[in-house]
Amino acid sequence: MIRQDRIIALISNNFAGRVIITKTYVDELHLKTAKNELPILALKLHDWGFPLIQLTATDERDIHGQFRLFYTFANDNEKFLMVVSVSIAETEPSFPSLTNKVPAAHWYEREIRDLFGLDPIGHPDKRCLAVHEDWPEELYPLRKDFRLDTEVLRTNGQFQYNKVEGEGVMKVPVGPIHAGIIEPGHFRFSAVGDTVINLEARLFYTHRGMEKLAEGKTPLDALLIVERICGACSFSHTTSYCQALEKLSGTEVSTRVNYIRTVVLELERLYNHVGDVGNICAGVGFAFGTMHGARLKEDLMRLNEKVFGSRFLRGINTPGGLRRDISVLDSGLIRVALDELEHDFRDLVGIMLDTNSFIDRVLTTGILLNRTANDLHAVGPAARASGVDRDVRRDHPYAAYDRVSFKVPVYKQGDVLARIKVRIDETFESINIIRQILSEMPSGELTKPLGKIIPFNYAVGMTESARGENVHFIMIGKDNTIYRYMVRSASYVNWPVVPSTVPGNIIPDFPVINKSFELCYSCLDR
Amino acid sequence: MLRLFHKSLKTGTVTTDYPEKRSVPVPGFQGLPEWQNQSCIQCGLCADICPTKAIKLQYGKNDSFWTVDPKKCIFCGYCVEVCKRAIVQSGQYELAESTLQTPHVQAFKHSVHIRHLDSGSCNACDWEMTTLTGPVYDIQRLGFDFVASPRHADVLMVTGPVTRNLEIAVHKTYAATPAPKLVLAVGTCACSGGICGKSYASAGGVDNILSVDVFIPGCPPRPQALIQGLLKAVGRA
Repeated sequence: MIRQDRIIALISNNFAGRVIITKTYVDELHLKTAKNELPILALKLHDWGFPLIQLTATDERDIHGQFRLFYTFANDNEKFLMVVSVSIAETEPSFPSLTNKVPAAHWYEREIRDLFGLDPIGHPDKRCLAVHEDWPEELYPLRKDFRLDTEVLRTNGQFQYNKVEGEGVMKVPVGPIHAGIIEPGHFRFSAVGDTVINLEARLFYTHRGMEKLAEGKTPLDALLIVERICGACSFSHTTSYCQALEKLSGTEVSTRVNYIRTVVLELERLYNHVGDVGNICAGVGFAFGTMHGARLKEDLMRLNEKVFGSRFLRGINTPGGLRRDISVLDSGLIRVALDELEHDFRDLVGIMLDTNSFIDRVLTTGILLNRTANDLHAVGPAARASGVDRDVRRDHPYAAYDRVSFKVPVYKQGDVLARIKVRIDETFESINIIRQILSEMPSGELTKPLGKIIPFNYAVGMTESARGENVHFIMIGKDNTIYRYMVRSASYVNWPVVPSTVPGNIIPDFPVINKSFELCYSCLDR
Repeated sequence: MLRLFHKSLKTGTVTTDYPEKRSVPVPGFQGLPEWQNQSCIQCGLCADICPTKAIKLQYGKNDSFWTVDPKKCIFCGYCVEVCKRAIVQSGQYELAESTLQTPHVQAFKHSVHIRHLDSGSCNACDWEMTTLTGPVYDIQRLGFDFVASPRHADVLMVTGPVTRNLEIAVHKTYAATPAPKLVLAVGTCACSGGICGKSYASAGGVDNILSVDVFIPGCPPRPQALIQGLLKAVGRA
């Protein structure tokens, strides 16, 4: 019996003839339905407990005169994804919005409106998102008839922030350029005294057009773009990307490749988590934690460079395998470094968690409610600190995660402290995973040529980065080039929950709350 | 409190002695490609595969040879892989290029205040800049420090290709910085647009928007390369 049998039966019982199964991969099921059936099917899937993890569009007018929407739902128990596709006629460029029933759809739908010009009918917030207010109306950058190098003039558009009114309400605008060495975003606080009553985040400042840039490129050329979507999750992004392409081309990478990828993915998590735990201390001026965290992070980045030639783990992955192998000597280097790190980091977090002035600032600060986390599909350490027991490594195993044993730490409190604790626990789990992998490293070939992919086939690749689930959608066009590429990073789904955690806290607590989520701007803005 | 002191004393000094002592990356480092001309048959595969068109054929008096523009190179190593005979990825990473006729040595001396300006980077350059203020690179020991406002800054370190959505902020930040000021383009995206190039969303490099005094290539530049660039900017390297 294949994984999808139960759901296929369920769907044919409920939607006989109205939903067609178009393709089945081991861990992916493709469904097709009509535009008017979509809300019914999507709500049913949502009610059956499958979260919406990605929603994107393609412009296929040059093939069959229509746009298409792709809704991806995750079935964590049976470990597969369901991608529902819907065609949208050019003459009727709109689709029913799901946001009121499935809040996780909110940003995707706005982004599709901005980039493809398809109108989500019934969406409660139709302000621009991915393009800014000075972008002209009726110009949609991800449509195929929009050229990448188009010069776009600025218009006089105005952005309407949500109105917060009342006696003593002060507005505090911050950014996009910040005081520290941080990425750009605009935050608009409405506060009474020091207490925040509303926060609105304005993002997409670093939109570089990475998805458009990848179109028409070969998988190898696009890989370099994927590596540069984000500095800190570079390897996780390339792994999602490679997995999607390997799925599409039926390429099965060797066990060795899967093992090495697991090591690198965990090394990436380690330098991020250790650095983040230190950085959170910077949010409350606890210099001891910041400096020791920075020191340990630097040790890990130097290890990355020694073993792989890149501090940010670039230049390692390639579709069909790896560009770099690790030697026995490298394994030894990693082992020694991990032994030192484990000891040092345990010392450091022991002191941190025993320091009352530090705990006082992070305990009960910036609470993310479990319900909000579920409704908006928050992911990663942030969600796990709010009682959401999800981890792609366990629920949709990839690379060699089905060969190792590890715990997924979950806390219920949802505050800054819980997010720190999740990262601390995961750091020790990562060390443990790498040790298991290194002790039984199999031999195997490093790369396999990627087979030819049938034009206009699509697939989804998913990994768990240090920030959470990273979902990449790839559709291949003619001549094995990328036709459409959509990156839904962990930051994409976690950014909308951040403002919900701030009201009731004081403005000076915002830096620590923000750092405890440790989200990327570039991962979101692309 | 005693545990804090104990931990820090036990850790000891971790600060690097760069730039007094050079840091040489281990073999396998993804550095700038280097041609061994005697083995090169000038087939041009390297230039064809280069994703940012950084590799060009140069003509000398009697010969021709390949050169790579560090400001465009993203250090991907594709040229090395396609060539297999004449190109190696070298350990070169201190690649700062200054356009200053005379460095502002007098104006800044040994107290230089830097403002980071993210114009759409992937955050890798930003992370390396953050590292500079940590215990390992500790650039305060060299007379540099990061400040919170452009109004307090002598130097703007700009990362990213300048996205459409940040162009106005870049202009405003530059205008808010008092003269004399220096602009450093940090990382390949800032130096030339890099992988992002010029598009509807990207201006294709900081020098298309502001006049740049020092380019610090790298994808991202190593922390030592950032220090070298800073020292170069103030005439100390």
